[in-house]
Amino acid sequence: MVEYEYKSGSNLEKVLCGGGFAVTAELGPPKSADFDLIKKKVELLKDWVDAVNITDNQTAIVRVSSIAAGKLILDLGLEPIIQVTCRDRNRLSIQSDILGAYLLGIRNVLCLTGDHQSCGNHPTAKHVFDIDSIQLIAMVKNMRDKKVFECGEEIKSSKKAEIKEPRMFIGAAANPFADPFEFRVIRLKKKINAGADFIQTQCIYDMDRFEKWMEQVRSKGLHEKCRILAGVTPLKSLGMAKYMRDEVAGVTVPDYYIERIAKADDPKAEGVKICVEQIQKLCQIEGVAGVHIMAIEWEEKVPEIVQKAGLRE
Amino acid sequence: MIVAEQKPIEEIKNYLTGHKRILVLGCGTCVTVCLAGGEKEVATLASLLRLSGNFEIEENTIERQCDAEFFGDIKDQAASCDAILSMACGVGVQMTARTFPEKPVYPALNTMFCGTNDGAGQWSENCLACGDCKLGIFGGVCPLTRCSKSLLNGPCGGSVDGRCEVDPENIECGWQLIYDRLKTLGRLDVLDENAPPRDWSRTHDGGPRKLSREDVAGL
Repeated sequence: MVEYEYKSGSNLEKVLCGGGFAVTAELGPPKSADFDLIKKKVELLKDWVDAVNITDNQTAIVRVSSIAAGKLILDLGLEPIIQVTCRDRNRLSIQSDILGAYLLGIRNVLCLTGDHQSCGNHPTAKHVFDIDSIQLIAMVKNMRDKKVFECGEEIKSSKKAEIKEPRMFIGAAANPFADPFEFRVIRLKKKINAGADFIQTQCIYDMDRFEKWMEQVRSKGLHEKCRILAGVTPLKSLGMAKYMRDEVAGVTVPDYYIERIAKADDPKAEGVKICVEQIQKLCQIEGVAGVHIMAIEWEEKVPEIVQKAGLRE
Repeated sequence: MIVAEQKPIEEIKNYLTGHKRILVLGCGTCVTVCLAGGEKEVATLASLLRLSGNFEIEENTIERQCDAEFFGDIKDQAASCDAILSMACGVGVQMTARTFPEKPVYPALNTMFCGTNDGAGQWSENCLACGDCKLGIFGGVCPLTRCSKSLLNGPCGGSVDGRCEVDPENIECGWQLIYDRLKTLGRLDVLDENAPPRDWSRTHDGGPRKLSREDVAGL
């Protein structure tokens, strides 16, 4: 009997490869040296998700490093998915951080391009973009499977030393709503060819467009080559719904959701209800292997959403 | 061409504080074409500085400030001044400083980019002078220059309606341009290939670049 050999052995990998429906959430590290805030968010999410994304200076705003926060979160009993962007670090720095993160016990990494620094709080900074997200995926995969650095050297400390490679479960992002639409599936394929084991999508509101995208994904058999987690973000208020629709590049919010929030006596409860309905629909779509709940500064709602969607009791 | 624009007059005057006799030196090549530092702009800036009443102004424009051979005719004029205000690109300013090592040389322009003229008063950046041109792969649109993140496997998630998230009003998504062009050429298959990491050592990351060509060395 051949036993399945895990690539990383992470909890997320075990759930996804065991055919389970994975639930992940997002945990943005604080904008200050505040351990209590990290602890509070972990307590909220711990029993409700399989793993949690730790963002890497998201929207180009300085925060606690994703690896440092990831280690703290791991120690508090929740599995981290470390986000790594190409904006702030070159290939040397990223590989060094992958080695370090692995030694700290981190086993999942999500490879991203990164928001442009003009979006954030240091718009005069110099960006790096030495490599892009697809090259990053391939680099982390080659470190794991070929046991080599990007330059081709084996991952060992000296000629006679043993090879000790970092073994990560590799994720990537996909945005079914950005343009050009026809290119979105090609780009997903490029990420899978580069070595992505799982995909988390940008938050979905336009379910029709997402279904259309999934049809294309299935027609190319991509859902069989990698696990796709559908992203959702509960709408907290009418203001947020409009902001997501008008201001966030690559996100579309259909008017019927805006109207529901606008007419609701309790917009927050309506936002949760919409999110739950979406998850229930997403579970039915062939090729969706899990959901990624990005409750932006609203982590306390994750347990309720997970419960109401019937994902956990 | 190299595209440049004039610095704010206050910044220029600050440089010149303490000097009396100034040579305003134009350049007859790129900055003449982009209307930033040619004969006309030299005359305008020279008048403006004369009007301020603090300076004696000499003016001249040579064919190319990036080439040592064109400085011969202005040697005496330069010697008669305390400082040179160069209206060339950064390359010309440095060549002028190298030609007159004893003279303070100041820039009157900000050098912007290698770009195209897109109509009256409009220019845009098209080439980073990366030293390893891949335009043949990307349908004649440069991803390093035209994509705000220089992605080789783009576009990122910030591309909407053909515009870039960095500044949707003013910046086109370079990858939308690449996609459209390859589609027209019937070469979308090119995008299936994953482009490997770039060799940045051919760019400025390898240090200031030099080019030696033996075939023309004797000419």
